[in-house]
Amino acid sequence: MLKDKLLDLREEALKSIQSADSVKNLRDIHVHYLGKKGPITEVLKGMGKLAKEERPVIGQLANQIRESIGTRIEDKKKTLEKKMLEERIKSEAIDVTLPGRKRAMGGHHLLASVIRDIEDLFIGLGFSVVEGPEVEEDYYNFEALNLPKNHPARDMQDSFYITDEILMRTHTSPMQARTMEKHKGKGPVKIICPGKVYRRDTDDATHSHQFMQIEGLCVDKNVRLSDLKGVLTVFAKHVFGAEREIRLRPSYFPFTEPSVEMDISCFKCGGHGCSVCKGTGWIEILGSGMVHPNVLRMSGFDPSVYTGFAFGMGPERIAMLKYGIDDIRQFYNDDMRFLKQFKRA
Amino acid sequence: MLVSYKWLQDYVDLEGVSPDDLADKITNAGIEVEHVTYPGEGLKGLVIGQIESCTSHPQAEKLRLCNVNLGSETVQIVCGAPNVAAGQKVIVATVGARIGGNKKIKRAKLRGEESNGMICSLDELGVKSDLVPKEYADGIYVFDDDVPVGADALPYLNLDDVILDLDILINSAHCMNMIGVAHEVAAILDRPVRMPHPEVPETDEAAADRVNVTLAAAEKVPYYGARMIEGIKVGPSPRWMQLRLMAAGIRPISNVVDIANYVMLEYGQPLHTFDFDAFGSNRVLVRTARQGENIQTLDGQERTLSSEDIVITNGREPSAIAGVMGGTRSEVSGETKKVLLEAAVFDPISIRKTAQRLQLRTDASSRYEKGLDRNRVSSAADRAAELMARYAGGRILKGIVEQGEREVPERVITMPWRKINQVLGASLSQEDIKATLERLGFTVAAEEETIRVTVPSRRFDVSIPEDLVEEVGRIYGYNNLPATLPEGTSVHAALTPYQKIRRRTEQLMESAGLFQAYTYSLTTGEKATALTVKDSDPKPTKVVWPMSEEHAALRQSIIPQLIDVVKYHMNRQMPDVRLYEIGKVFLTKEGCARPEEEEHLAGVLTGRISERGWEGEPEAVDFFTVKGILEELSASLAVADRVAYTSAERDGLQPGQTADILLDGEIIGYLGALHPQLQKDAGLNKTYVFEVAIESLLKQDQPDITYRSLPRFPSTTRDMALVVDRSLPASDLYRVIRKTGAPLLDSVKLFDVYEGEHVSENEKSLAFSLIYLDPERTLTDDEVSAVHERIIKACKKQFGARLRG
Repeated sequence: MLKDKLLDLREEALKSIQSADSVKNLRDIHVHYLGKKGPITEVLKGMGKLAKEERPVIGQLANQIRESIGTRIEDKKKTLEKKMLEERIKSEAIDVTLPGRKRAMGGHHLLASVIRDIEDLFIGLGFSVVEGPEVEEDYYNFEALNLPKNHPARDMQDSFYITDEILMRTHTSPMQARTMEKHKGKGPVKIICPGKVYRRDTDDATHSHQFMQIEGLCVDKNVRLSDLKGVLTVFAKHVFGAEREIRLRPSYFPFTEPSVEMDISCFKCGGHGCSVCKGTGWIEILGSGMVHPNVLRMSGFDPSVYTGFAFGMGPERIAMLKYGIDDIRQFYNDDMRFLKQFKRA
Repeated sequence: MLVSYKWLQDYVDLEGVSPDDLADKITNAGIEVEHVTYPGEGLKGLVIGQIESCTSHPQAEKLRLCNVNLGSETVQIVCGAPNVAAGQKVIVATVGARIGGNKKIKRAKLRGEESNGMICSLDELGVKSDLVPKEYADGIYVFDDDVPVGADALPYLNLDDVILDLDILINSAHCMNMIGVAHEVAAILDRPVRMPHPEVPETDEAAADRVNVTLAAAEKVPYYGARMIEGIKVGPSPRWMQLRLMAAGIRPISNVVDIANYVMLEYGQPLHTFDFDAFGSNRVLVRTARQGENIQTLDGQERTLSSEDIVITNGREPSAIAGVMGGTRSEVSGETKKVLLEAAVFDPISIRKTAQRLQLRTDASSRYEKGLDRNRVSSAADRAAELMARYAGGRILKGIVEQGEREVPERVITMPWRKINQVLGASLSQEDIKATLERLGFTVAAEEETIRVTVPSRRFDVSIPEDLVEEVGRIYGYNNLPATLPEGTSVHAALTPYQKIRRRTEQLMESAGLFQAYTYSLTTGEKATALTVKDSDPKPTKVVWPMSEEHAALRQSIIPQLIDVVKYHMNRQMPDVRLYEIGKVFLTKEGCARPEEEEHLAGVLTGRISERGWEGEPEAVDFFTVKGILEELSASLAVADRVAYTSAERDGLQPGQTADILLDGEIIGYLGALHPQLQKDAGLNKTYVFEVAIESLLKQDQPDITYRSLPRFPSTTRDMALVVDRSLPASDLYRVIRKTGAPLLDSVKLFDVYEGEHVSENEKSLAFSLIYLDPERTLTDDEVSAVHERIIKACKKQFGARLRG
């Protein structure tokens, strides 16, 4: 009798397990059949009335039934959980092609990128980056650079004066004199000097009363014009591409002798002639030369012992050429649409 | 300097060198040829015709019917020029010809009369009208000499010439004349120069009997020479001379004036011609001008002189501003019979100052300013005299009346041979160096170690050994040099700590969503002194001659410039702007002309910081967006503990939404919302700004990073909400909590600010999360509670704070 009852219970339990449709359901079934007040426990309570030899048989059966119900519940639970997970995954599916959440990110100004790139190149070549005052003494801006008062070349760069002796620097070259003075006649001096400069120009597409310049100076025993050529070649290839070639043309600057201007082979047409190079195949990039002995002398260096080269370039011009920008005022309008275009420059 | 290719061939053989080739060679040797122009380009079908008859047009008063002999045929041409007449030899554009502006000439009927071509003026051929001689300015051009009828007109007008435009810099002033260019070209091509040798047919009468010269300003006039020419017949100069002048950009006037100009172009020596009768005395007195003295110059302007100017006088009144421009009183006219020809040397600086002050740059002054060949002065005078005799019928009186040194000794430069190769990085032989210098006209004496080079006087730009290095280098060709790298001592190079931190600051601003901007340092006087960080009543630093009021004074804050950038964006319907700038401001210092320069970081934010997207509402910029960025900055610079924010009032900013930023108690910046009135006036939305004297921040010594081993014991977190007076700054609570909680209180964070229900109107509730930690052991509950209670008590005592229920 007891045995039949147990078998019925099993049958009943397995059926309800079979039809259970949630984990909670299963938990209830578990409590119902296997709990302390469940029917199996009840059955076992009546074991006292059984014959001695029947007891272990029924006991064993009861345990088997408990075990199999337990196993079935576990199995069913796993199945249900798996199903639930699958459903959840299904319900959580998203359109991965929707745009991501944007974090506001700003960016470098194009001029800063150009300057940084050149700074890093020259640091690699052993040059330090120095900066100096933008309001300069006439002495450093002109006289120490072999431009005495009344020198006709002062016309070339009409200046914003504050007083007769103080002006907005017209180039970053004063740092040549200032740095050499600090070195007290002992080389080597290897610097580049980026910064803002000012000239009395009316702003238009190609002129700006304020612009950037990077000055370079290398003074040591035995510095040669061929060294300038080598360094400028490295620079040109770094900034404008490995295929670039350079050309040096004699020129005139009061602070260098000899003076040369550097052209690069046109990066647009490769030198055949196009609108960028105005048909010549060459693009003028910067002015340079061997430091004038008067400049060395005035800053405390003995020109019979030391020689040096210097160069000066315009980051705006480099950026305009490289990216085809046709109006220098764009650098100072700070139009976000302009700035955003050069975030990765 | 406009150089005629045809004229240049008077001095150098250009066989086999095309004008474009020549231009390249000149450029590569140091003088940039900016343009090569072909004045005859596009012209065709122009022949010399002779007008056989000229009658009035039956239908039109102003037109004439001309029968023109073109050599091969005679055709009828209708012409409207007022100066057309029978017998003239003229330029005829035949049917099918092309004239200036690519205009094609067709057979036409003009008021019923057939016209087979066109008789041309010079400007119709593309000659600039301000260069055409006056007598042809309003009509057709007429050949006044023997030219072959029927021939191609272009060669007779030098329209088959090519013009090279040389960009003359200070060191190439020796090429501001044809002879100088000839020497340069000859050196480049390694060919000889043919110099003109003027022959002056002098009379027996001595010039010195007619005129004497006194120099009363000898220090500014090293040499003054004068020739007397009498019996002059003023008229037009010969066609070849006129054409050469026009090609060089000078309008032909008359034989006398043209000759002076021609010789200036040829020799580089400015000459001046005075009408000697009008000059009014036989005494040339060269002196400095009297302050306020007046003269009417040849351009008709009344000029007031200063005591720095040099004047040529007749002993009483000025007749010319020396080296710049003559006066009308003694101007050569059609009636001039006697000419006083001046060939002088004036001090370049004095001429430059005068020309600059009077804003009167002339062909003469620009040559004097840049220097000239001292030893060519008298040959230029001789050349002019020769031409005056030939083309103006003049009698040249004997001798030059002169004062000062006519010639100067030639300069000698001695230098070691090796310097040339050493500076260039080349390996030229002594023979090559010598040959190169000799090509340039230098005389070279070679010695064992040194080289002695005599510099011709025309090369007044060459004075030191480095100049000779350049001469050798440019002729040898810089492109033939090797490319090497400096071999000297190796030096350590890296960014300075300041530069490194500044770069990091830029990075931080950009990660926070700001774009880097560059604005101008020069602005209006008003903006220059607005929104300054430290000085509440700054004086502007102004430039002496501003180009415009917009760029007249040096900024003392970056913010006004950035506000302008926001306006720019608002005007273009771009309401979201986030910008920062790191740049100098220029702070005026009492009693100091030169402002102090300080690097500042400034920023401006308005609109949304995130974009409107499908996933939610965009986030708008507010005060705490900006403050958060600045807190990140001070944390990254390891000064967070030393920086404080205090409520402040500042002109231009909104009271109640403005804070001063202090470092160790000193104001180093501010942040806040623009004042609503200012915002409204400028048409802006809510806009937040900040400016920090970042130099003082970045120059702080950066403490070394010291590693703290990670805690091995757990921490305990306790929250508390304190109700305090609404006006109590949160920073005060923070301070007391931190101070009281030390050392077990590891960190404290404000996570809620509440005003409203359950909190009375003049109170607020601030909720803090406090983390307690002892690195050496696990804290017990009792220990934590003790500290926590102490903190609450302290807040109660100091601020009357109570725990929120």
